[in-house]
Amino acid sequence: MTIEAPPRPAEAPQPAARPSAGRRAWALWLRWWRRLTAMRTAIVLLFLLAVAAIPGSLLPQRALSQDNVRQYYLDHPTLAPVLDRLYLFDVFSSPWFAAVYLLLFVSLIGCVVPRVAEHARALRAAPPPAPRRLLRLPDSAGLATPLAGPAALDVVEEELRVRRFRVVRRSGAAGEELSAEKGSWKETGNLVFHLSLVALLLGLAGGKLWGYEGSILVTEGQGFCNSFQQYDTYSAGPLVEGSDLSPLCVDLEDFRAEYEEDLTAASYTADISYGPPGAEGRRTTIGVNDPLRTGGDRVYVTGHGYSPRFTVTLPDGTVFEGVSAPFLPADQGTLASEGALKLPDLGAGVEDQLAVEGFLAPTGVLQGGVLTSIDPRPLSPQVAVLVYRGYLGLDSGLPQSVYSLDADQVERGNLTEVGRANLAVGESITLDDGTSITFDGVDQFAALQFSHDPGQVWVLVASITLLAGLLALLLLRRERFFARATAAADGGGTVLTVGSLTRGGGDSAERFTELTGELRTALADRSSPTPPAGGADPHPGGPHP
Amino acid sequence: MTVDPALAELSDTLFSASVAVYSAAVVAFCAQLAFGRRPARQLVAAGTGGDAPVAGDGAATAGPAPAGRASRWGAVGLALTVVGALVHAGVLVTRGLATDRLPWGNMYEFATAVVLVGVVSFVVLAVRVPGARDIGAYVLAVVVLAQVAIGLFLYAEAGPLVAALRSSWLAVHVSSAVLGFGVFFVSGIASALYLLRLRHDAGGGDAGSVLARLPGAVTLDRVAHRTAVFGFPIWTFAVIAGAIWAESAWGRFWGWDPKETWAFIAWVVYAGYLHARTTAGWRGRPAAWVNVVGLGVMVFNLLYVNMVSTGLHSYAGLD
Ligand code: HEM
Repeated sequence: MTIEAPPRPAEAPQPAARPSAGRRAWALWLRWWRRLTAMRTAIVLLFLLAVAAIPGSLLPQRALSQDNVRQYYLDHPTLAPVLDRLYLFDVFSSPWFAAVYLLLFVSLIGCVVPRVAEHARALRAAPPPAPRRLLRLPDSAGLATPLAGPAALDVVEEELRVRRFRVVRRSGAAGEELSAEKGSWKETGNLVFHLSLVALLLGLAGGKLWGYEGSILVTEGQGFCNSFQQYDTYSAGPLVEGSDLSPLCVDLEDFRAEYEEDLTAASYTADISYGPPGAEGRRTTIGVNDPLRTGGDRVYVTGHGYSPRFTVTLPDGTVFEGVSAPFLPADQGTLASEGALKLPDLGAGVEDQLAVEGFLAPTGVLQGGVLTSIDPRPLSPQVAVLVYRGYLGLDSGLPQSVYSLDADQVERGNLTEVGRANLAVGESITLDDGTSITFDGVDQFAALQFSHDPGQVWVLVASITLLAGLLALLLLRRERFFARATAAADGGGTVLTVGSLTRGGGDSAERFTELTGELRTALADRSSPTPPAGGADPHPGGPHP
Repeated sequence: MTVDPALAELSDTLFSASVAVYSAAVVAFCAQLAFGRRPARQLVAAGTGGDAPVAGDGAATAGPAPAGRASRWGAVGLALTVVGALVHAGVLVTRGLATDRLPWGNMYEFATAVVLVGVVSFVVLAVRVPGARDIGAYVLAVVVLAQVAIGLFLYAEAGPLVAALRSSWLAVHVSSAVLGFGVFFVSGIASALYLLRLRHDAGGGDAGSVLARLPGAVTLDRVAHRTAVFGFPIWTFAVIAGAIWAESAWGRFWGWDPKETWAFIAWVVYAGYLHARTTAGWRGRPAAWVNVVGLGVMVFNLLYVNMVSTGLHSYAGLD
């Protein structure tokens, strides 16, 4: 595809009378449409898209990390709200990013579709007539031969056909002539490339509109079903209805994390069973780089961690066993984790709810009274806990994180600390009222992610055709070759004027010299036994004097 | 998987050796420039247009053979470059053997491999394109600087791969990223030299300056373009392969992670360069600038995104 705008129809002659408003609007629209669909505009828009992506990589993005955005707000309290108003923390879902994207999309369509039609016609049409002044072409030469004009062109035609040129003969005003062409696949590749770009954008947009993903922490022996209520966090495209979610439940049966000697994580594997709710599940094993794929949905293991397990014994002798909650890894290297356990209904009423906030070390050591973790494997788990009593505020209507206590409740004095301790497995802490909390050990949990993106197969196919088109576009060359026969001035034989026009590839001059050399030999062979008269005489304008 | 300390140490020694050999190659190429023929003054056309042929071009292909001493030094430089490249390849091979995995799992290994591809591309060019050997001093000087910087700032101990990288896509995605980057490396240097050459020629062309011994602007421009044409589909493939891998490793094929974002930006810049080369008004100088910016984006993506920002691609192995 050339970069210049497509040929424009000649401007309509200016009518004497003022055109109607409708006409003027139409003309204006046409002008803008042509401007938008010029290749140059598409490139500028592509550049704009790249420039628009820059802030998205330099500033924290909500889609990637809410925490980083929160931190940025703390670090830059005056600047952050301004940036936020410009959608700079949500660049890739911002209206201005979408505007560039949509304009690019329209521009590409407007630019490529007419070319596809034009190219389809050109593929079937004969090669264009030879230009009037062949010697003006970048590569040209004159070949003298004793053969008569038509016979000489026959030789050229045969040689070109062997080289897979499409050839036509015409008789022009200046003599009989020949046009040949090959390599129109270059333009086909070009169009495939650009159409693939359009298809890729479509697939991307479709995935954004109808796709969703949810993530959840699942402890060994437990499971979840695909519904937004169950996920810890989820995001969904604007056209997704809760009822569209495919009915699928997943149970985590076993989870294993393996480590190298230097404690680099070597692999995570999860044995799961999955299937529609209520049905007997099918078993499989998933892991890093190896998700479950089923009917357009995917389930991934994205991480893992530990849930400490406690036994709570109330003063009246009531025992609650297996009280546990996932603690989130704060350090991926040692899996030192933090979390909270909320016990709103131990039976004592709203003012007597219990909560445990703590730090978990899978392999703990005490250094100067401070618990730290030195190994991600649960070799000797320990917890450091702070126990609170009071009102948790769970029914206050305000959402709270399940992984930490509501700091407001602590600040307002609704929750008060009633004990703290470092506990190894089997140790307990006894509170002032006689309640005892025993640390029983840890359970593994896996961080699972459920994803649905109906566009992704389209995007994959589009990117493969894009690459194929690109290769054709870059590696093929389109060659046009012309020859015209004129009677030699001295009356004996013919002078063939030949020229070629190449698009793509660097060394057109060498290739032309080679081809004319071969034509010369062929002409000489054909005109023997008479030896070639006068030999060949490349035109002085030719590349290699 | 344990690391073989002897092999890991050998790899580090070879790294220093490669810097030494490349430095010797720089010296040889400088000698080539010093003994090189001085282009006759009247031949140095004040080339303002990008495509105006400049002295040195034709001379290198069809002119008289260059002075014997200079060409001998050039051959020495090229031979040293080849030796350096072999030693350099040894760095990666021994590291791969020491750790029993592909040797591009962190930023040190990745960058080392990129520079190696750059050197090999240069050797191929020097053999195939007459005149391209004359840029040896500049290419190798950049190579030495890059290697020293990599050794000083990016070095990471030999170690096993993290779980996410244990996939055959490592071979596909990272190898193609290395190849594309390495080829763009040479392309960017050629465009930068092209810009220098144009400035030199426009400024009257002091025949005594080292810049006068550069290949002609047309050759430099052609080298830059051909390498970019070669690198672009490879880069496209690297990004697509990354997306395919990301779909199975990170749960989505594209998520505007910083490395992904900058890979896209680099892709657009190179697409822009290839278009600019064929667009009236953009040929020559502006197109070359786009190519230089492209290399800047690639280097930024390597350094900034690995060292400053955080993202899923944080496999740099730096603390
Ligand atoms: C859309 C997805 C992806 C894109 C666009 C992408 C892009 C890139 C780019 C541009 C590089 C060149 C490095 C540089 O300049 O610094 C690179 C290198 C690398 N990529 Fe990816 N990548 C993707 C997915 C992945 C995935 C899923 C993994 C592994 C889980 C991965 C692992 C690596 C590694 C190990 C390197 C080389 C080491 C390094 O730079 O630290 N990439 N990728």
